[in-house]
Amino acid sequence: MKYIDEFRDKDLILSLSGKIRKAAKGSYTFMEVCGGHTSSIHRFGIPSLLPPGIKLISGPGCPVCVTSTDFIDRAIAYSKIKDVIIVTFGDLLRVPGSYSSLEKEKLTGADLRIVFSGLEALNIAGSNSEKTVVFLGIGFETTAPGTAVTIKKAKELGLKNFLLLSAHKIMPPVLEALARGGIKIDGFICPGHVATITGSGIFEFLPEKYNLGCVIAGFEPSDLLQSVLMLVRQANDKSPVVEIQYKRAVTAEGNRIAQDLLSEVFETCGAKWRGFGIIPESGLSLREKYAEFNAEVKIPVTLSSEIENQACICGDILRGLKMPEDCSLFRKICKPENPVGACMVSAEGACNSHFRYIQYE
Amino acid sequence: MSEIVSLNHGSGGKQSHELISNLFARIFEIPEPLTDSAVLQENGYSLSFTTDSYVVDPLFFPGGNIGNLAICGTVNDLAVTGAVPKYISASFIIEEGFPFHDLELITASMAHEAKKAGVRIVTGDTKVVDRGKCDKLFITTAGAGYVKPGFETLCRGTDIRTGDKLIVNGPLGNHAIAVLGARNNLNFSSSVISDCASLNHLIQDLLNECRQIHFMRDLTRGGLTAVLHEIVQLSHKGITLDERAVPVDEPVRGLCEVLGFDPCYLANEGKIVIVAGEDEQEKIMSILKSNPLGKNSAVIGTITEYGNGLVTVNTGSGGKRILDLPAGIQLPRIC
Repeated sequence: MKYIDEFRDKDLILSLSGKIRKAAKGSYTFMEVCGGHTSSIHRFGIPSLLPPGIKLISGPGCPVCVTSTDFIDRAIAYSKIKDVIIVTFGDLLRVPGSYSSLEKEKLTGADLRIVFSGLEALNIAGSNSEKTVVFLGIGFETTAPGTAVTIKKAKELGLKNFLLLSAHKIMPPVLEALARGGIKIDGFICPGHVATITGSGIFEFLPEKYNLGCVIAGFEPSDLLQSVLMLVRQANDKSPVVEIQYKRAVTAEGNRIAQDLLSEVFETCGAKWRGFGIIPESGLSLREKYAEFNAEVKIPVTLSSEIENQACICGDILRGLKMPEDCSLFRKICKPENPVGACMVSAEGACNSHFRYIQYE
Repeated sequence: MSEIVSLNHGSGGKQSHELISNLFARIFEIPEPLTDSAVLQENGYSLSFTTDSYVVDPLFFPGGNIGNLAICGTVNDLAVTGAVPKYISASFIIEEGFPFHDLELITASMAHEAKKAGVRIVTGDTKVVDRGKCDKLFITTAGAGYVKPGFETLCRGTDIRTGDKLIVNGPLGNHAIAVLGARNNLNFSSSVISDCASLNHLIQDLLNECRQIHFMRDLTRGGLTAVLHEIVQLSHKGITLDERAVPVDEPVRGLCEVLGFDPCYLANEGKIVIVAGEDEQEKIMSILKSNPLGKNSAVIGTITEYGNGLVTVNTGSGGKRILDLPAGIQLPRIC
């Protein structure tokens, strides 16, 4: 298949693997920030193509994984309100909240619909005018423009029964939180799809302020291996910079139309991240102009205090401090069919990827 | 086991297995292995007996409808046990208000498929329920046929040997993608047609000509992955799958890339995996390829020693990983 096969070419991949082996001197730890990268890395067996000295750890770039328990609790609270339809992307369904999950609520009668885009949520609102649709907006700069379009469209259509519960987040503040916390890595494999929207500039502070190398990577196996090679070379030369490997999609300036949409519809706000707590200016909430679509403004709900499983180490995994295999629940109690933490739910979560793709004894 | 039944329990994956083993098989006292068809010894004959329910949504999809799907599914469940399918029953649960025109189309396609497969629909039942108490139409079948002498253990997996080859009779995932496309809620249209077909004649040709076929299974819900795990469980062997060799049509591959599906997990309705001695690989491939239902067959993997009971995948790009049993729903109501 065009645009896929050439990036999965075995000879090219083995040659890149050989170049990495030749270039690597000692040990390196790189963090892939994006959940899409985590999934690709394990799906294509990338670790088996790297020398033992190179370790890849997952970061806070899987939107489902970083979604806080209280967001799920809030979504569940909305699902219990009479005549409310919760519309969501499928991944959120099984994330455990304090007492339940959306999936469990569905079993006991909540009206929950799964969509692949926000615009489908508008259709549901349009054909259920007697009910209120609460759309769970989740994702980084990659998916937030889609929600922005949805909100603008809802306004255009004059929909009165469509609300957004936003868990949208942006990338730079959490990366800064990691860097400021003194994360012990030799560089970031930066999220290619976020950068497609934002441009490469948002990562410049990492080498400048924190001496951390960055390579913005694509999602195919050759992209990932080439990115690792670039990071190894940066680390060897002790010259951290922002490099774009994913040149077929990413530019320095990014997608201006999407950026304008984002700033027209959203403003930044403090947001709670699993594993990090509240990070200032890291979330996206609707601007005043669009407050009529803000679920939290239109139908405020009160929550009892959240409860998290103390044995779950998702937070440490998202901060790059631990691996899924370090968790006492992993594979024993916490499995894709019975996830304890969010990282086991999403196909992009580190625990889920390790569970599905990595050989175990 | 969780306290209430969820769609996950009908997925063909881990939770389905749990439901069947921990509840039905336990209470009915059915011994392992739990297979789609039971092979029963009676008066010196081996009878293969199966039952299946069809709840596909929508009822009509490119390449078929719930009617011919019900016949193909039942015929294939029998045929992979080494049986010659003979008799089928058909029960209909119909929602009040269902159009006669559709019912007639569905019934005619069942009759047509049964004739093609050489089976007779000999009995059935009809129930009509209140509007909203079932979704349009559900069909339940049972099927029976005699197992060819010498193939009594084919469905048990006990004949599988290290070094045996795994063969599939064509590209995977077409049925799932055709049904998904027909559902219209994903807003995509595709040219993909369901692979829904009765494979009994093809299977009979193989069993007549070959002596080293050690196991066969049709790849329905749960796809190739579920069957590979079943093979590991039945045979106490391991499997190495060559990802690059697994045939997948381009439109299916493209949609899988976009939607995040793995073709190895997708449902099929006219595909089988054959486990056979390496010596007979060429002969099997030549028989398969001479039949329209097997013309895109491929050798996709090898049986290995048990190892740790895993299906190992050599990825197309030179890496290695495992292929885990699907958890949770992939796509509900696909068959």
